[in-house]
Amino acid sequence: MLKFLSVRLTTSLIALTGVMVIVFFLARLTGSPASLYLPVDATDAMVEAFNRQNGLDKPLVSQFVDFVANALRLDFGQSIAQQRPAATAVLSAMPQTILLAAIAMGLTLLLAIPLGTFAALSPNSTLDRGITLFSLFTASIPDFWFALVCVLVFSVSLGLLPTSGQGGLSSWVLPVATVMLHPVGVITQVVRGAMLETLNAGYVQNARARGYSWRRLAFRHALRNAALPIITVAGDRAGGMVNGAVIVSAVFAWPGIGKVLVDAVYNRDFAVIQAGVFVVGIAVILLNILVDLVYAAADPRIRVS
Amino acid sequence: MAARTLSLTPPRRRLAADSRLALLLRSPVALLSALVLIFLLLVAIIGAPLLQDLANTQNLRLRFFRPFSLERGWAYVLGADALGRPMLAQLIVGARTSFLVAGATVALAATIGTTLGMVSGYIGGVVDAALMRISDIIVTVPSLLLALSVLFVLEPSILNLILVLAVARLPIYLRVSRAQTLEIRERVFVEASRALGKGTSSILWRDIRPLVVPTVMTVAMLEIASVMLAAAGLSFLGVGLQRPDVDWGTIVSEGREYLTRAWWATVFPGLAILVTALAANLLSNWMRASGDPLQAAAMGVTASREEAARP
Repeated sequence: MLKFLSVRLTTSLIALTGVMVIVFFLARLTGSPASLYLPVDATDAMVEAFNRQNGLDKPLVSQFVDFVANALRLDFGQSIAQQRPAATAVLSAMPQTILLAAIAMGLTLLLAIPLGTFAALSPNSTLDRGITLFSLFTASIPDFWFALVCVLVFSVSLGLLPTSGQGGLSSWVLPVATVMLHPVGVITQVVRGAMLETLNAGYVQNARARGYSWRRLAFRHALRNAALPIITVAGDRAGGMVNGAVIVSAVFAWPGIGKVLVDAVYNRDFAVIQAGVFVVGIAVILLNILVDLVYAAADPRIRVS
Repeated sequence: MAARTLSLTPPRRRLAADSRLALLLRSPVALLSALVLIFLLLVAIIGAPLLQDLANTQNLRLRFFRPFSLERGWAYVLGADALGRPMLAQLIVGARTSFLVAGATVALAATIGTTLGMVSGYIGGVVDAALMRISDIIVTVPSLLLALSVLFVLEPSILNLILVLAVARLPIYLRVSRAQTLEIRERVFVEASRALGKGTSSILWRDIRPLVVPTVMTVAMLEIASVMLAAAGLSFLGVGLQRPDVDWGTIVSEGREYLTRAWWATVFPGLAILVTALAANLLSNWMRASGDPLQAAAMGVTASREEAARP
């Protein structure tokens, strides 16, 4: 297990390094921040001073060397737009997003596991077809459009929920629903598929023949064995919630990593883009390792291989 | 010559296609989905060139013209937007772009991804390791962010949108085809081809490709819907397409400005995306269920872990 984890960690870190290199040069291709932060009639001297102050006057290669040297000490430089360390700007936004993703994933599983299991208990029944249709339906709705329609219905027409920002509990409802939208459909399908397979296994059929009730069998015994694919997809979807966070920030002006990253791209705030991608990348790697650990806990056979 | 008889050749495939069509005719939901997709595709191909001018005709007196009224003719039956352009005509012109982007992206990603996946799986070694790391990189970055920054650099255009989306989707095809190649590589008929002195490219093309392609086709069908959603999302964020190019996502993002004044300018383009994606998803769901069980098993293992890579 330890060996497996270390291999996993090494390959992930190699991938992350590759990502950071790409992001570094990509960000600089978006153009010079000077044209964005200085007035149109800025003199050459002003531009030069601005570049020197932000370390943009050196050749690209030496900028990159500096970046790597500082990044190894976890120093990602200063945010031009926010006038504070980039790492601080990113890290202060993370708790919001992690909480949002955690709530959304919790609710997704609470919804998807029973739905998928009931669908698998009576394959090809009306219930099964209904649940399959529902899950394909949620996976087909454009999430940004869903968010807008919800604003229209619940905020504008009914006046029940706030349109944007972050306040009390009610301001969480629409963002959580938007982030959940696609994972619910996908995970329901995966639960159904995994449960169908497990329920056909010999030991389940045997227990069934001995008079165990389907429901008890399904939720007590089969679900544990169907857990692996569910964990895999849930882990992936949790990582993919960064995408949901970007949409949520665009529609609801929700503060979080999505907003920080999108603003940074538009503001050519290189330091924040780099710090953001690094932090998100680390979060995804940690999530993958967590998934592997949960795997091992759910299925003791994995520890051997 | 002997080696040639060992590979799968067309005669049997014809039969398979026929029985598949018969199956489709017996499944009402799948048939309806296929018909809806064909209808939308025809409308997009035939209607878009005809309605191009009408869609761009501004008429400020018809600003926010309300939907469901035939007073101004069919083009205005779904209302008009902030500049008085007819919604229905806009949707039809947008349909062409949306279908073009989704179709071209999937075709490009599937072709390149499958080729790389087969080479990676068959050759193994350094090539395999390098390709898998590259695919890891693509999966690690939040795809929406990657697309956002790339499209921010490049000018928004249909071609750039297709390229960016295709790169983001590559890993799915790469891994599905690699996993299948790994398994096929060990089969006796491939070993026989190798023993008879067939070259690598010939084995890949004549022995392995025919078995990998059906699985990839099923994945591709599933991807049409998600690529369409992703492209619309990018246009909505303002980095996908910009006027004069217009797709359904662009129309939603324009309508959003007037959400409270003219709900139809936001609701209808989104509905168009929803209907198309749902039809594609229903069809691909049916393809998986009715397809070869071996193929379904191969997809189950490999496709799931990469699905979160979607922008």
